[in-house]
Amino acid sequence: MNLRPDLAIIAEHVAPGARVLDIGCGDGALMAELRDSRNADVRGLEIDPVNVSLSVARGLSVVQGDADTDLGFYPDKSFDVAILSQTLQTARAPDAVLTELLRIGKAAFVSFPNFAYWRVRWGLFWGGRMPVTPALPVSWYETQNIHQLTIDDFRAFVAERGITVEGAWFLAGNRRIGDTAANLRAEHAVFLVRG
Amino acid sequence: MLAVSPPDDQRFGLARHIVLPGPLALDGGASLSQIEVGYETYGTLDADASNAILICHALTGDQHVASNHPRTGKPGWWARMVGPGKPIDPARNFIVCANVLGSCMGSSGPASADPVTGTPYAMRFPVITIRDMVRAQALLLDHLGIWSLAAVVGGSMGGMQVIEWAATYPARVRSAVVIASTARHSAQNIAFHEVGRQAIMADPNWRGGDYYGQAEGPSAGLAVARMAAHITYLSEAGLTEKFGRRLQKRESVGFGFDADFQVESYLRHQGLSFTDRFDANSYLYITRAMDYYDVAEEHGGRLADAFRGTATRFCIVSFDTDWLYPTSDSRAIVHALTAAGAKASFVELSAPFGHDSFLLDVPELSRVIDGFLRAGL
Repeated sequence: MNLRPDLAIIAEHVAPGARVLDIGCGDGALMAELRDSRNADVRGLEIDPVNVSLSVARGLSVVQGDADTDLGFYPDKSFDVAILSQTLQTARAPDAVLTELLRIGKAAFVSFPNFAYWRVRWGLFWGGRMPVTPALPVSWYETQNIHQLTIDDFRAFVAERGITVEGAWFLAGNRRIGDTAANLRAEHAVFLVRG
Repeated sequence: MLAVSPPDDQRFGLARHIVLPGPLALDGGASLSQIEVGYETYGTLDADASNAILICHALTGDQHVASNHPRTGKPGWWARMVGPGKPIDPARNFIVCANVLGSCMGSSGPASADPVTGTPYAMRFPVITIRDMVRAQALLLDHLGIWSLAAVVGGSMGGMQVIEWAATYPARVRSAVVIASTARHSAQNIAFHEVGRQAIMADPNWRGGDYYGQAEGPSAGLAVARMAAHITYLSEAGLTEKFGRRLQKRESVGFGFDADFQVESYLRHQGLSFTDRFDANSYLYITRAMDYYDVAEEHGGRLADAFRGTATRFCIVSFDTDWLYPTSDSRAIVHALTAAGAKASFVELSAPFGHDSFLLDVPELSRVIDGFLRAGL
């Protein structure tokens, strides 16, 4: 199974047999991996009907819905882990989504593209244009990323709310890198947080 | 022929009919001393009777899900979903479809003989509910030696039965597929049904329901009921594409009240042909059962409580052009399943045919059902 690198990091750190909710589960690749290699009880929420059909057709329990409006129906702490991969920056109200995530899950994985990555800074500083990079491949007018953030933004955000960071992983391209100057060097970040 | 029956077992095969001993206590307080059921089976039941799929039909459907209709000669109403190589495959599953209680294709209904008097019940047949239909199906499955169902599948009123199955017999249902359906009948749904019932009862040939054995039944009233209902099964865009304002076999409007427009001619045909195969009193009883249907009400007002602790897997499907049971109805079911912690999948599919999409060529529906059912094996 060839998982996207941020998903592979999440998959490695989910305990076997865990109850997992994958919010913005896409075509269900991570869900299938967690079901097959971790024997996890996985549910998904996904906004795109084509992706939902694909996931259901591969036998996954996925509900078509919107993270901004549908998380309220899940009971408190009904999952061991809630996952929000590459979705936080697309939410209309990311703060509310994160609050819901930590209400539903005992812990949560959050992954997002880092807008302070040096190539992004470079493109914006020298080019004066909204950056288009492998992690942010779409022009400003058609991107779904309406709430861009940086690694330091996320750290400050969780600190203000008393949310504990239990793990952080960083990626440059498909390669894992260390913590040093991650806000500059990392293209993607994965955080494990607990409310 | 799709049917493969275990040899010499008269319980299995096409066009079966059984009289089951009662009493069957009904939600309305009455009871039936015996229950007739018309049904069909396809495929072979496993030695441990674990591969059965129950298909629940819609308001005017019947047990001929994948065999030719005995009166119209037309192919089964869901032949595109049920058959060799189809998502519901008799090579893999033992498939049961039974005519619902209250209907007129071999199951007990107003046209059946009251065992006490020997004459048709007519309006003396007790008013039934969707849950009563499900209870009668459970009696049939007991008779067939099936306790646990691999899946219960249905669209429209069939979907309502699926929900009642999951809520009433959760331990017997491993997977549930609810297509283009709802957990309660809305005021608009009830209103359309009332138009149909009033059309039937306003027909002088209805005679308070005692038209059996008469030269004429309330076919004019039943045809109008069907015409009104048929509109609710289609989308406006579908009607426009199919008929627009095109005229029926004429160059200009006739300044009269013949069927000038193709859509009028089509509806008249739908209404008339319906009266050849359906009993007007059955139409009254089944629409009433649908109007009384509100699963939340049966569980203290909270729909989630109908599914509390369930181990059943659910697949809910709606269609974007269905305004009879719109996507918001399916979402209400999904939200209740979510709150109950049930294993649920839900997708709104795009299809141009309105409510009838579940019966028509929507390849995405077949893919979703196929994948969902296979994952439950």
